[in-house]
Amino acid sequence: MRALTELTGLVVPLDRANVDTDAIIPKQFLKSILRSGFGVNLFDAWRYLDQGEPGQDCSQRPLNPDFVLNQPRYQGAQILLARENFGCGSSREHAPWAIADYGLRVLIAPGFADIFYNNCFKNGLLPIVLPAEQVERLFQETFAHPGYQLHVDLVKQEIVTPAGEILTFDVDAHRKLCLLNGWDDIGLTLQHLGEIRAYEAQRIIDAPWLFS
Amino acid sequence: MSGQTLYDKLWQSHLVHSEPDGSALLYIDRHLVHEVTSPQAFEGLRLAGRKVWRATSAVAVPDHNVPTLNREQGITDAVSRLQVETLDRNCAEFGIVEYGMNDVRQGIVHVIGPEQGLTLPGMTVVCGDSHTSTHGAFGALAFGIGTSEVEHVLATQCLVARKSRSMRVWVKGRLGVGVTAKDLALAIIGQLGTAGGTGYAIEFAGPAVSALSLEGRMTLCNMAIEAGARAGMVAVDQATLDYVRGRPAAPTGSVWEQAEAWWRTLVSDEDAQFDCEVTVNGSDVVPQVTWGTSPEMVVGVTGAVPDPDDMSDAVKRSDGQRALNYMGLTAHTPITAIAVDKVFIGSCTNSRIEDLRAAAAVLKGRHKAASVKLAMVVPGSGLIKRQAEAEGLDKLFLAAGFEWREPGCSMCLAMNADRLEPGERCAATSNRNFEGRQGAGGRTHLVSPAMAAAAALAGHFVDVRDF
Ligand code: SF4
Repeated sequence: MRALTELTGLVVPLDRANVDTDAIIPKQFLKSILRSGFGVNLFDAWRYLDQGEPGQDCSQRPLNPDFVLNQPRYQGAQILLARENFGCGSSREHAPWAIADYGLRVLIAPGFADIFYNNCFKNGLLPIVLPAEQVERLFQETFAHPGYQLHVDLVKQEIVTPAGEILTFDVDAHRKLCLLNGWDDIGLTLQHLGEIRAYEAQRIIDAPWLFS
Repeated sequence: MSGQTLYDKLWQSHLVHSEPDGSALLYIDRHLVHEVTSPQAFEGLRLAGRKVWRATSAVAVPDHNVPTLNREQGITDAVSRLQVETLDRNCAEFGIVEYGMNDVRQGIVHVIGPEQGLTLPGMTVVCGDSHTSTHGAFGALAFGIGTSEVEHVLATQCLVARKSRSMRVWVKGRLGVGVTAKDLALAIIGQLGTAGGTGYAIEFAGPAVSALSLEGRMTLCNMAIEAGARAGMVAVDQATLDYVRGRPAAPTGSVWEQAEAWWRTLVSDEDAQFDCEVTVNGSDVVPQVTWGTSPEMVVGVTGAVPDPDDMSDAVKRSDGQRALNYMGLTAHTPITAIAVDKVFIGSCTNSRIEDLRAAAAVLKGRHKAASVKLAMVVPGSGLIKRQAEAEGLDKLFLAAGFEWREPGCSMCLAMNADRLEPGERCAATSNRNFEGRQGAGGRTHLVSPAMAAAAALAGHFVDVRDF
């Protein structure tokens, strides 16, 4: 997993509530056997004017000029500003895969759906929950200032605005550690290698039928 | 100190490591794998240069994408074919046993696990599929996981988990004639609601549960997830042992004795405390039919489509109205006045031999109504199909105008060619009646196999107890 300690990045504002995983990555793309390459289909139904199908060359498709991700001023954004209950719906991990593949690293919203929130951390994304008024203010500032950037510092758990204002956020200690170090859960679990082996060794004696 | 619940015992016997904050490493005994949620997990292993920790703990089977007709011609849909071929390749590369599409042991992942004895009491069983709760019927701790977790289990044989709260659903009395585990499951979901079990591991217990066959217990645990619970389970008893004994992967000889001694302890202690207790009277349960787009939208066959205006809160009212619009139904319509276009008998909920026998018994010597466009039976596995044919059930189905298909998930989720057309109404023995689940615009009514068979004969829902 890619580590994340701090970054200064362009902010793109997605101004709607209850964005579900079907909107993030529509179901026709779930037949893919890959973990990568979903970025071109992120928000597919909103982003393009035609009907998206797996395996298309998306560079030839007509873009929806009204969709925020398509606006020139937001190209290269690394921070997504979103509204309440982002990522609701199915548990598909294709949603965070698509977001990360697109190039986003940090998501800021007043709230995220549970499973989606978990899935983000497994894929090098930092979802940050801020009070609704703060999120609202960030939306207004982003709209008002082309090129609006935020500095996100995971070590200090703070966001610094261009005006120098500091917004602090909470994050689970275990998840923070993983993200800072780029450890995926697997890497972390393998630190308990000795314990897993010891458990197995005892288990083979106690319940040999499980190992045949 | 009070005694332990079955869930406590299963949890504790699989703890590898626990953190002060409550998160734990849980050892996984059995990992079932299918083609839809595994390709990226295997790719992840390859990218990180990791090996599979214990390949013999995993067994794979393609089920979601496989065709149920003309299988010898292979899969015509190129994208589906690639997903199945990828599973074949991954299993070969990582040394995992796979029951390929044309293996007689192939079938729905949650059907073949118990059938082969791959699911045993006391195990932790996981699969990248929410209906993994099915395997809890054996006194196992079984739950669905996401793709990153599939990779995690492949690489470490463990899962990072937090203990759920415990709930016991006590079913007193006895199910009446013509009332099945499916009806009980739907009635329980109707009572709890689809989020009623969220955050809980549910143990089903009581005389009406003990009286169920293992097939029936699987149906019940299968639908625990539709009540929001990740895991459902039933304590081990003589019926469990009788079902497991002699299965291909079950222990034998002195190892069996050793296993049995432990398995017999897999019951909740008399003085165990549950975080939540719910009681249901099994004797009151009548055959159930769902009317809406969520499994909790269910009524007895003797009832009528409810009126959203009578519902307690605003959210339920608007959900109910939206569901009625989608389903093309009006409030107060008697359930038995609802005509069906198609009938689907299958899925990991109801495709085992007992289910097929129950449906065939209703159909015997009769023919489906002319108004029913398609009635199909999709056995849960190749072995169930073979057994049904040995019992002559296929003949009964064919004579009744049903199609007799090859095993797989089929029209439960319509990822293969089997699906509803927009507006079509289906009596289905599966587990989800979500919008579009069986095909865009399709309308699903969840019922038991016997109720589905009866609906095929009448052309509309009928009370199977009157047959
Ligand atoms: S039969 Fe349906 S619910 Fe069961 S595993 Fe297959 S798709 Fe899922």
